[in-house]
Amino acid sequence: MTPPERESLRRLLKRRPPGAPAHVELERVTKSYDGRNAVVRDLDLSVSRGEFLTLLGPSGSGKTTCLMMLAGFEAPSSGTIRVHGRDVNRVPPRRRGIGMVFQNYALFPHMTVGGNLSFPLEVRGLEPAVRRERVGRALELVRLEGFEYRRPSQLSGGQQQRVAIARALVFEPDLVLMDEPLGALDRRLREELQYEIRRIHSDLGVTVLYVTHDQNEAMVMSDRVAVFRAGRIEQVASPEALYEEPERSFVARFIGENNRLPGRVMAVRDEICEVDVAGRIVRAFRVVECAPGDRVTLSIRPERVALAPTPGLYTNEFEAQIEDITFLGDHLRLRVRVCGRSDFVVKIPNMVGHGAVIEGDRVRVGWIPTDCRVLDPDNEEDTA
Amino acid sequence: MNGAGLRAAGLVLPLAAFIAVTFALPLGTMLVRSVYDPTVAEAMPETLTRLGEWDGAGMPDEVVYSRAAAELARATEQGTLGQVASRINRVRSGLRSLLVRTPRQLRDSPAGPRREALLAIDERWGDPETWHAIRTAGDPLTARHYLHALDLDRARDGSIVQRPAEERVYLRLFARTFAVGLAVTVLCMLLGYPIAYLIAHASARNARWLLAFVLVPFWTSLLVRTTSWIVLLQTQGVVNDLLVTVGLVADDGRLALVHNMTGTLVAMTHILLPFMVLPLYSVMRGIPSRQMAAAASLGAGFFQAFRRVYWPQTVPGVGAGSLLVFILAIGYYITPALVGGQSGQLISNFIAYHMQTSLNWGLAGALGGILLASVAALYVVYDRVVGVEGIRLG
Ligand SMILES: Nc1ncnc2c1ncn2[C@@H]1O[C@H](COP(=O)(O)OP(=O)(O)OP(=O)(O)O)[C@@H](O)[C@H]1O
Ligand SMILES: [Mg+2]
Repeated sequence: MTPPERESLRRLLKRRPPGAPAHVELERVTKSYDGRNAVVRDLDLSVSRGEFLTLLGPSGSGKTTCLMMLAGFEAPSSGTIRVHGRDVNRVPPRRRGIGMVFQNYALFPHMTVGGNLSFPLEVRGLEPAVRRERVGRALELVRLEGFEYRRPSQLSGGQQQRVAIARALVFEPDLVLMDEPLGALDRRLREELQYEIRRIHSDLGVTVLYVTHDQNEAMVMSDRVAVFRAGRIEQVASPEALYEEPERSFVARFIGENNRLPGRVMAVRDEICEVDVAGRIVRAFRVVECAPGDRVTLSIRPERVALAPTPGLYTNEFEAQIEDITFLGDHLRLRVRVCGRSDFVVKIPNMVGHGAVIEGDRVRVGWIPTDCRVLDPDNEEDTA
Repeated sequence: MNGAGLRAAGLVLPLAAFIAVTFALPLGTMLVRSVYDPTVAEAMPETLTRLGEWDGAGMPDEVVYSRAAAELARATEQGTLGQVASRINRVRSGLRSLLVRTPRQLRDSPAGPRREALLAIDERWGDPETWHAIRTAGDPLTARHYLHALDLDRARDGSIVQRPAEERVYLRLFARTFAVGLAVTVLCMLLGYPIAYLIAHASARNARWLLAFVLVPFWTSLLVRTTSWIVLLQTQGVVNDLLVTVGLVADDGRLALVHNMTGTLVAMTHILLPFMVLPLYSVMRGIPSRQMAAAASLGAGFFQAFRRVYWPQTVPGVGAGSLLVFILAIGYYITPALVGGQSGQLISNFIAYHMQTSLNWGLAGALGGILLASVAALYVVYDRVVGVEGIRLG
């Protein structure tokens, strides 16, 4: 290995410090609606106080079900859910004191905005003066001062969503669940509200569990992201770690773009494996446990592949042929034939000198072993 | 109007024509009949003109008598004498036979002043009351039927007075009709709301079945449903048999459940229930199930959530259903006729009676007119208070 490669390896192996005390804990939670197919399986998840954790996953992977169990609308088939260390399995939803933002807002159409916000305070028997004060503050928080007497039907989608958020916060819960709150909004509004939600989160210091199937949203907003797949969590990590250090081939495929090379392990040396990919030996960073002979998937980001590298700079260096080039403004996207694949993607910045690449050219590509991760074998069927 | 507007108007033309012929026309005819009756005025115009100059105290003069004799004879020839007679008879009973036999007897009487001839036939021809009756019946425009329908009458001097106690039927009948309408509406509401809730929140498969239970009776002939209630409720019927078998009721103390008010209430509630359930169901279907969950997540218990969140959103359905059931109930005819007995008859049954048996179409029209006016008033009040545009029927 070259010296910069060694340095990269050293950084990877550094362990993260343990997190803050848990606010929400799911322990071996399983849920089945029909008694046969589990839609959430043996789920373990721990959320720290004040954390913004996003559940990300394809449709039907059990994200909503998890939120519903936390809110108390569904009971786990087995396992325990703890909030502040207390088992809440038998606590009815209205006693959990959890704020909830529903996907389609679920505002009360027959009440004004003020009435909607005041509702949770009224059922708690608060004085009118206190209610007014808190409703005012909540509206201020979501920047909707002066909208108190409007009906939800007289608001835009984004404003309705703000009201839904304000209503989930007005009774000052310390845990807020949001189920795809921005799903119905257009992109510009989404981005604006993503920012607003982040700001509210950091202003109030509440714990937020957020569901989305939009990976960009998850990456932008979260402290940590839990990637769901068919009722299980594949990986929980910070957005950076998910991108840089996927631990499962599903995550590698789901977050961003990755080249995936199926191969067979030839040798294992400490953290580095030698993997046979279509007759070539690729050196890669071992993430999953593996032994010589195992089938694995190698995963490498298109932007971590260098074109025509200085000979000897990279341990992995191969002959490749450029199949086609897509011009994408600030970068070029090359599809090259290498290691037995014709769909290997390389992204190169649009810099001086790169105008030289031409379709059909034979070039050299290379990457360092730590950028190439050895993951579990990948089956394409359950692609997101 | 532009081209598109004209085309649209053209499309609704057949419907408008249909409504005009089958609804507006008969309705208008009946309403006109309730205030306008030219039978006597057309048959005896000359007599009436002369009677107009009569002071009303003594006997009218010979001119009146001779004109009356001539016009009664003409009415006999034209075959309208019977209608004229019964019309006058309604003002003063007992005059029918007199009027019917007078022209026949006049023919045989010797020539000479008609006054003497008529007085010879019957001395009532000398009674001013008889001529008052003819004069009253001769006025084609009359509030008489409406007064009658409200148990009122016009006294000789023109003032409005109550009818004698034994003739007062219609106000009580209206009161009973509205009370039954209200009771049926409340019963439908109490029974229908939970049913609609159940159907609206059942799984799609169960909802189909439950809806069928509501709709199949709805599609069954009214007559079949009403008569099956007789089978169930009669003294020797299924319900009584069951009660006797269980021992709740002695065999000689079987309950009278049908041919009285109970029968009317039970059968009408059952028959009108779909009209409550369907609008409620449609409104409830439109309420996202998340609403109740949202209320719970905000800390509300079931009853709080229901009262503050669910119920207010179903009010348009409750209003639509109640309006529908009430309006149908106060106009109901077949069911009370079959299972109502004496005490369970409603205003419509009397309208039918006057249409078919007593042939007093004017009174039938007046009773119907009052019914129509109260429905219209109800609609206006509902619109003011709740707003008709919120109504959803399905
Ligand atoms: N009430 C229910 N009864 C039966 N099955 C259900 C119910 N709710 C969800 N499921 C099933 O459970 C699985 C997980 O559903 P869930 O709603 O948790 O998915 P999700 O991750 O939220 O998906 P999406 O991104 O589409 O909202 C799905 O296969 C779904 O069909
Ligand atoms: Mg979902």
